[in-house]
Amino acid sequence: MSLLALQQYWWVIISLLASLLIFLMFVQGGQTLIYTLGKTEPERKIIVNTLGRKWEFTFTTLVTFGGAFFASFPLFYSTSFGGAYWVWMIILFAFVIQAVSYEFRTKPNNFLGQRTFEVFLLINGALGTILIGAAVSTFFTGSEFVVDKLNLTNLTSPVISRWEGPAHGLEAVLNWRNVTLGLTVFFLARVLGILYILNSVNQEAIAKRGHKQLWINAIPFLVLFLTYVFALLLSNGFAVDPETGRVFMEPFKYWHNLIQMPVVMVLFILGGLLVLHGIFMPLLRFKACASKGIWTAGIGTVLTVFALFLLAGFNHTPYYPSTSDLQSSLTIMNSSSSHYTLIAMSYVSLLVPFVLAYIVYAWWSINRKKITEEEMEEDGHAY
Amino acid sequence: MFDQIDLSMVDWARAQFALTAIYHWLFVPLTLGLSFIVAIMETIYVRTGNPEWKKITKFWMLLFGINFAIGVATGIILEFQFGTNWSNYSWFVGDIFGAPLAIEGIMAFFLESTFIAVMFFGWNKVSKGFHLAASWLTAIGANLSALWILVANAWMQNPVGMKFNPDTARNEMINFWEVLFSPMAVNKFLHTISNGYVIASIFVIGISAWFLLHHRHVLTAKRSILVAGIFGIITSLFLAYTGDGSAYTVAQKQPMKLAAMEGLYKGTSGAGLVAVGILTPSKKPGDGKDPFLMKVEIPNMLSILGYRDSKAFVPGVTDLLNGGYKPWFEKIPEEERESTYSVAQKMEKGKLAISALRNYKTASKAGDTILANISRRQLEENFPYFGYGYLTKPESAVPNIPLTFYSFHLMVMLGFYFILLFALVLFFLNRGNLEKQRWLLWLSLWTIPLGYLASQAGWVVAEVGRQPWVIQDLLPTIAAISMIGAGSVKTTFWIFAALFTALLIAEVMIMVRQIKIGPKDGGQK
Ligand code: HDD
Ligand code: HEM
Ligand code: HEM
Repeated sequence: MSLLALQQYWWVIISLLASLLIFLMFVQGGQTLIYTLGKTEPERKIIVNTLGRKWEFTFTTLVTFGGAFFASFPLFYSTSFGGAYWVWMIILFAFVIQAVSYEFRTKPNNFLGQRTFEVFLLINGALGTILIGAAVSTFFTGSEFVVDKLNLTNLTSPVISRWEGPAHGLEAVLNWRNVTLGLTVFFLARVLGILYILNSVNQEAIAKRGHKQLWINAIPFLVLFLTYVFALLLSNGFAVDPETGRVFMEPFKYWHNLIQMPVVMVLFILGGLLVLHGIFMPLLRFKACASKGIWTAGIGTVLTVFALFLLAGFNHTPYYPSTSDLQSSLTIMNSSSSHYTLIAMSYVSLLVPFVLAYIVYAWWSINRKKITEEEMEEDGHAY
Repeated sequence: MFDQIDLSMVDWARAQFALTAIYHWLFVPLTLGLSFIVAIMETIYVRTGNPEWKKITKFWMLLFGINFAIGVATGIILEFQFGTNWSNYSWFVGDIFGAPLAIEGIMAFFLESTFIAVMFFGWNKVSKGFHLAASWLTAIGANLSALWILVANAWMQNPVGMKFNPDTARNEMINFWEVLFSPMAVNKFLHTISNGYVIASIFVIGISAWFLLHHRHVLTAKRSILVAGIFGIITSLFLAYTGDGSAYTVAQKQPMKLAAMEGLYKGTSGAGLVAVGILTPSKKPGDGKDPFLMKVEIPNMLSILGYRDSKAFVPGVTDLLNGGYKPWFEKIPEEERESTYSVAQKMEKGKLAISALRNYKTASKAGDTILANISRRQLEENFPYFGYGYLTKPESAVPNIPLTFYSFHLMVMLGFYFILLFALVLFFLNRGNLEKQRWLLWLSLWTIPLGYLASQAGWVVAEVGRQPWVIQDLLPTIAAISMIGAGSVKTTFWIFAALFTALLIAEVMIMVRQIKIGPKDGGQK
């Protein structure tokens, strides 16, 4: 396989992992609704346990996303993590506190108290979604960095990638478009969280509040999402000249990408429609499919995010543009691993369908029963 | 000349990495070992159908879950820290180093996190057989994740299977299998996972001993001790065996680390192994002082350990600094062996390599192929010493000797002590009067922290002993960094320290309470 084909293959994998991650953030969204949907302690316990059986998937997907990005596009890993330091660090903190919260929350003698662990879940739900959304948006809006490999030969200052902004990544949240995408992801995660809870929990009061919250979160989500998409398609975008490798600004670049890659356009529109469909399924209260909204909305989310990532990286577009120095922008061509490594990793990627298969099987065997108070007591392991 | 590299940034980044790695490593070994012990216990339950074994399994599984959660929490930081703190490193070797991290996620972490859910929530939902399989798969997943990260670590200590590409200015992988199966990697993996098994055995025995001391859950305790005792004695013997293998690979690939481990300044043939010793605190290389205030030595043992030959010459710190000695190769007669370079000479060569890279890149850009080719050849010739070019003085090639020396000796002594402890526990258990040996039960309980101590000491040997290198000979720590101010790294250091300490306290308090509640009703409140 040619190097370019491998780079494209790996960008597809990265996009796929990212889209699965955003879908799985229904756990985060749900965490911000523990108090809204659960008014009594037993109700909250049901919600926490429902989410708690899935948090590991989101977390592991994040970790794998990081590892796969490192292996396939190391220059991104070193430039972005080493530069936008604070954004990533805050995201990581938000995930550290999540990892213990489920297990420790109701255990006796837990030192910090149940309330603290619930606040941890809330922080993770809010910061995790908003900042990851904002970070993804910088794939379109750009960041302030310079890459110069010749620095390696400078004995007094050998660092290759340098961040220009003193805020080390926090400047991303000063850009309204980044904030818009951050909030879009936040509300999307909440919508998905509600749909997931409606799907897995068998409890009248929670379901009733869930239906109400679905509206409250679906509307801001739709408004923010459409705003972001219009701003994106109308904006000046970053483009690469395939002959010379020079990066330049092109008006309506992402709109051009959309029409020049019809498959992506189809995925994007289909994804959007499926999300809408998923939201309306429980609202219309068709008995048979009222609780299945998470599946259509989930698939829709995956398709939409997947399409967004393809817009960012394909069709001669630098996926990690630099506003400080256009020519430092990262493309899938100039930031990837070597041919050998990409091939080796591609063999490993053949495991992915297998991994997905056992995840689906295990998920299905655990979720066969709806979660109720009695169900949680059965196994003797409740959060 | 060096005043522009922010040295305090380097130090804070190192401190932060050490802090987070040490915290992660407080929880990982127990996960590695306890997952297997639990799987063995559940196997006995499924084989015998005896509900007592189910109770035992569930009790240890509960403790496993508490420990697992915090292991995961501390791991995520490490994964991204290669990018945040060591961004230059991530580019320089990312082509090789990234792959194991990615494989770890795809192959190991998902296995573990999927089946752990079945393990905890599946008792009444899936068949007994599937549940048992899930427990084994969780254990295998945990140990696979150790495999990949340790391959990555071993590769840093002994970079193989790659070639420097001047066009991209980085090292690129040319042989995956060489990376995976280097003797360093194999040894490191086996030694480290068996370390996890030993710690878990000590943990199970220690807690069971506490039950026996308080005449509680006697049957559960004895059965647990039986499983952990047998598992422990086998794995601790294996631990000592692979420890010997580790020392051998260190001698071959990192002679400076070996010299530091043994406090050996002046090399000799037939070098002895220091069994116990106290170093002279003010000793500096080349000052002529006796390195030891006192020591007890096993004659010729270090030569045997490092080179499998009692006559072999083991170079000391000064030999390595000054060069000019002939490294030991059994099969090649001394006259035909080449003398080694001094560190100062290696620094010259390293500087040549670095400036050749610069010339190559500027010449290629200007289209001057002749100069580019000359520079490329010069770079290739001197590349093995590339990292030395960043050093400012030869002495910075020497790691912290006292820390490496004492950590090494602590680890080895404790290793032999653990073997003895397992043997004693099994002996009295077999005689049927273990409950009466209250001294041994107390000793077992207090050995739990010693297990962790030995393990952390081992990592200090491995990581401090390889300083100043992040990638042996190719990249020193000072050149591996990111360009972020020391202030930011310092702030996150303290946040990590506070957060992880709070979580550790929470974990220990929960654990102790669950142990006090005991296995009666599955351990839940
Ligand atoms: C309970 C813990 C424990 C015990 C009792 C031992 N080890 Fe160990 N040792 C480790 C836990 C450990 C470790 C934490 O797993 C290390 C750190 C890095 C590594 O590869 O394994 C290690 C590293 C390590 C190294 C350095 C490897 C390197 O730098 O790459 C050597 C030479 C030894 N060990 C040798 C021994 C010997 C001869 C032992 C005698 C019985 C021994 N260890 C017992
Ligand atoms: C410094 C490098 C290391 C990095 C980057 C790292 C990374 C991680 C990450 C991200 C996790 C969370 C996984 C999840 O989402 O489930 C984790 C957990 C784990 N790590 Fe590490 N780790 C490091 C060192 C080690 C070492 C040296 C070992 C073993 C020898 C190890 C073994 C494990 C195991 C068994 C787990 C699973 C559960 C647990 O944490 O208890 N790690 N690690
Ligand atoms: C989990 C067990 C580990 C422990 C307890 C540990 C301990 C340490 C310590 C004490 C240092 C500081 C050394 C110094 O600066 O003097 C360090 C540095 C470092 N370690 Fe580890 N380490 C562990 C595993 C790993 C693994 C598995 C990797 C890589 C895969 C790794 C990579 C590094 C790096 C990159 C540094 C910073 C650069 C340096 O100072 O060399 N460590 N570690």
